[in-house]
Amino acid sequence: MSVRSSIAVLAVLAVVGLLVFGLVSKGSSGVALGDPAPTDPLPRLEGSGEGSLAEYKGQWVLVNFWASWCIPCKEEAPALEQFQSRYGGPGFTVLGIDSRDLTGDGRAFVERYGLSYPQLRDGDGSAAHDFGTTGVPENYLVDPSGKVRWLLRGPVGEEHLREQVAPFLPGSDS
Amino acid sequence: MRGRLLLPALALLMLLGAPAVATAEERASLSEIEEQVMCPVCGTLLQLAESPQAQREKAFIRRLIAEGKTEGQIKDALVVEYGEEVLALPPDSGFSLSAYVVPIVAFLLAAIALAMGVMRWRRGGGPRDAAPRAAGPSDDDAERLDADLARYDL
Repeated sequence: MSVRSSIAVLAVLAVVGLLVFGLVSKGSSGVALGDPAPTDPLPRLEGSGEGSLAEYKGQWVLVNFWASWCIPCKEEAPALEQFQSRYGGPGFTVLGIDSRDLTGDGRAFVERYGLSYPQLRDGDGSAAHDFGTTGVPENYLVDPSGKVRWLLRGPVGEEHLREQVAPFLPGSDS
Repeated sequence: MRGRLLLPALALLMLLGAPAVATAEERASLSEIEEQVMCPVCGTLLQLAESPQAQREKAFIRRLIAEGKTEGQIKDALVVEYGEEVLALPPDSGFSLSAYVVPIVAFLLAAIALAMGVMRWRRGGGPRDAAPRAAGPSDDDAERLDADLARYDL
């Protein structure tokens, strides 16, 4: 193979490599029922340091993606807080992930709705991308082994929580 | 006397005026920043976005402008909030640097290839596959032609 042909092949391979890299790094992702939930660490919305879903291994966790500018998120917040008050403890917690939102707005939202469950911040939407969310709000129930057992793309209401989430939880009377 | 006073007065005016000019130059404007940053949820320039998230982002920028922050400081603050993808132009570091380097390298390679091609063409005295000059008939053909023409000579 001549030098000129080698250069041409290398140039084509470089372009193909760039395209493949772009597809791999930006490509679609997401979790389905039974898949392990992503556990990459995220900054805490309130206070300092980072937190991760991995900290809750051994517990059921309802991961709730939300944003302060999202109207349905405002509607579901009281139901989530009520659910946390009733079931929250060593065996279960709601974990809020404030996605593509301003820190100040997120903190004000937590204060306004009196949310007592832990909150992480996903400013660049990387966690939302890893979970494969299509918007906010979205909810994922993760079992003690870290696998997704139930998900809802949209706001949860009291009825969803009572009829579809509560039966999974330890000590549920329903 | 008037000249003596004029010079220090001018110098003082320049000293006082300089910070004001610098501040005016650095003052950020919402419309200029909107052209350089994205609405992360919509995936478009903030200038074109009207979603609730975009409205909050614009309010955040307005607040920082009111606080006297420069354009660079505001963009840095947006990166802290939304990550580097909030910038409409990719950063000039890491893999994103290839967005700037690859087109320049490709242009240079193309220019070098073109220059080499032109040099080779000029050295060869013209295009390689140009039609060869028409040669005259061979001796045999010339004799045969003369004989044929003599046959028709009236």
